[in-house]
Amino acid sequence: MLRILKQALTGGVATNSYPRVVGEPPDGFRGKPVIDFTRCTACDACAGACPTSAITVQTSAQKRGERTVEMNYGDCIFCGECEAACPDAIHLTKEFQLAVTDKSELVTRGFYTRGSDGVYQYSEVPAQTRSHTEPVEEIGKALKKKVRTLFGRSLHIREVDAGSCNGCEVEITALNNPVYDIQRFGVRFVASPRHADMLLVTGPVTRNMEIALKQTYDATPDPKLVVAVGACAIGGGVFGKSYASCGGVDAVVPVDVYIPGCPPRPEALLHGILLAMDRYPHQGPAHTA
Amino acid sequence: MTTKRRYIALIRKNLGDRLNIREGVAPNELYLSLRRESLGTLPETCSLLTRSFRANFTTLVANDERSLNGTFVLSYVFSVPTDDLFLILQVPVEPRHMEVPSVSHVLESANWFEREVKDWFGIVAFPNIYRLASHPDWPEDVHPMLKDFDPQTSVPRVRGSFDFKHVEGEGVFEIPVGPVHAGIIEPGHFRFSVAGEPIINLEIQLFYAHKGTEKIAEGMSPQRVVFLAERISGDSSFGHAVAFCHCMERLSRCEVPRRAAVIRTMLLELERLYNHTGDIGGILLDVGFAAGAAVALELKERLLQLNELLTGSRLLRGVAAIGGVRRDPEDTPLKRQALADMLVRGRQAFEDLVSLVMSSSSVLDRLETTGILSHTDAYRLGITGIAGRASGMNRDFRRDHPHCAYGPLTFRVHTSGEGDVLARMRVRIDEVRESFSIIEQLQLQDPGEPARTGVVTVPPLQQALGYVEGWRGEIVHWAMTDAEGNIFRWKITDPSFHNWRAITVAVRNNIIPDFPVINKSFNLSYSGNDR
Repeated sequence: MLRILKQALTGGVATNSYPRVVGEPPDGFRGKPVIDFTRCTACDACAGACPTSAITVQTSAQKRGERTVEMNYGDCIFCGECEAACPDAIHLTKEFQLAVTDKSELVTRGFYTRGSDGVYQYSEVPAQTRSHTEPVEEIGKALKKKVRTLFGRSLHIREVDAGSCNGCEVEITALNNPVYDIQRFGVRFVASPRHADMLLVTGPVTRNMEIALKQTYDATPDPKLVVAVGACAIGGGVFGKSYASCGGVDAVVPVDVYIPGCPPRPEALLHGILLAMDRYPHQGPAHTA
Repeated sequence: MTTKRRYIALIRKNLGDRLNIREGVAPNELYLSLRRESLGTLPETCSLLTRSFRANFTTLVANDERSLNGTFVLSYVFSVPTDDLFLILQVPVEPRHMEVPSVSHVLESANWFEREVKDWFGIVAFPNIYRLASHPDWPEDVHPMLKDFDPQTSVPRVRGSFDFKHVEGEGVFEIPVGPVHAGIIEPGHFRFSVAGEPIINLEIQLFYAHKGTEKIAEGMSPQRVVFLAERISGDSSFGHAVAFCHCMERLSRCEVPRRAAVIRTMLLELERLYNHTGDIGGILLDVGFAAGAAVALELKERLLQLNELLTGSRLLRGVAAIGGVRRDPEDTPLKRQALADMLVRGRQAFEDLVSLVMSSSSVLDRLETTGILSHTDAYRLGITGIAGRASGMNRDFRRDHPHCAYGPLTFRVHTSGEGDVLARMRVRIDEVRESFSIIEQLQLQDPGEPARTGVVTVPPLQQALGYVEGWRGEIVHWAMTDAEGNIFRWKITDPSFHNWRAITVAVRNNIIPDFPVINKSFNLSYSGNDR
């Protein structure tokens, strides 16, 4: 008993100050890869090196001599092979808070045209070709906003492993440790979907988990949020789509927030969860959206 | 290698009438192929090998070689710990007669392996015909690992339900648990039969996390498969990645630089450290000792942060590569300082934790005699790793089959005879201490030397084993390349696949509320098991 008291008194505060202070990851950390489109020559080296086809280089079928370089952070496993293949135009930044509510925000593109010398030249970043928002979607968005304000005070999460490699679980478990201490945000992991406001789903959704995930979703009372955690949950990751895998959570249930990473660090998870609750400070230090 | 000659002579003399002997590419592999007409002697041969050489059954690999030589081949892999040798007994299976005699009655540890082969290849080890890997809604006649099955096929669901062993009697009832569990853990289904609180029987249905990893790797370049290997079981990312690289290097007769071996060893021990401290924390949490759990989980977090600092990844991903490692964890003064700090402060924090736990009688009371796995059961089921060592199995690939830079190191293999949750925690505590000492020995060995060889060309149509002692137990990979040097067949054996059956034995006669802590004390990987 005395030892426990001593431990409690001398241990000090372990919890960090996220999101007020966002600590910078150490040198050599592999975060969001950024293509410098002006230096890129659309040569295909990065796409060939990428194990999950997060980077693609497509030659236009209609117009000869036109190429599109596309990077999807959702599929990225942050291995750094693209940087190794093309240290000139690609480097992995330290940015790790990559969660978004709209999957299309995970994609960046560059258009290239072939010059007379046969080398592809960067022509432009395409304008965001967003279709105009339908009124129904507007209502949906307003409702979502309402839902978020509702959950802003406290949130109960049910974690569903839909066939992940357990890497994401290592990091989600870390949210409960004294350093991240997720309970200080009023967020709790609960034992049943019937008690939950949010499903935190990992894994590419295997065939054998598809029905279980659907049933868990149905068992969660409305209003509810679904967060897809990690490259597998966003688009299948290294496992893709196959006889055994559905290739992502949104192929099975609707998703509100996507958290890229393989696995996302605990702070990236916190960012995504707070984003879903609309509680992430928007003028925060590292947040750019 | 004189030991190998000795073995060849011995096997030729006694079993020469039924076996052909051939040496493998890797120096410590001996391939024994059973002649077609001697198929009936398979169980007897397996039992002879295990008994005469004190060999342990390691894995069973099925391979669809119809496109190469018209047959299937089953490879029963045995490890001979006393002489650092692997015996690989190969059996040809005719496509017209997809049946071999089961070896489960002489080698119970092969039971699950045979059932997986039946589900994935359609080769029956008669009479061991029960389903294991395929769920009931999977059609009986579809076998995904056959070469003519396209991984992109969408297989329709059929009607069917799980067939669990029922216990009947007054007051006996069943408790179904999972696949979506109450904690943050992986998916699996448990079916308890209980009378009041004590557990009479536990049936486990796994393979909810089956992602077709072995199948989708076929035809991939070995360099790309390294990334898949890192994602077999997230908590053993580095262990699996190194096991696969080791396999490719042995197959290509490529030596990794000394520095790479040192780094691999160091990172394997760092992986062991964060998992063992995390498990100690988990066990404490499951018995409600929050003060101790907080200390353990904080230490685990510090170790994960150290991993990130040293390699850029908390789970040590993106480090292993065929022919060496991609990153050097000691290339800056900052990293060297952080590592040295951990060896002092981390160690101190760990010792404080141990004395806190070991002086709490309420904790010890919950852990002692809970979830006993007897030595006999552990031996019978072929339990590996910490779970085996806590039941008195004196096995450790680090000592028995030295790999990476373990050969010249001094460390002890810790065992315990009790086989209860406390024994599994004690073995972990001892291993954490050994890990700190191993890292200390490796610190700054051959610094600055190259940590990766040039491009490794993987030769076509070769096969080899690759292995490491992961934190959970022995991780064994077997792979064969195709005509282009890509993967033809890749078999992954996670220690969990051996150890899951231990839980069904260990929980018997324990009470339901102790199940979480028993489960945690084994901490098996569902994903590593299901792949």
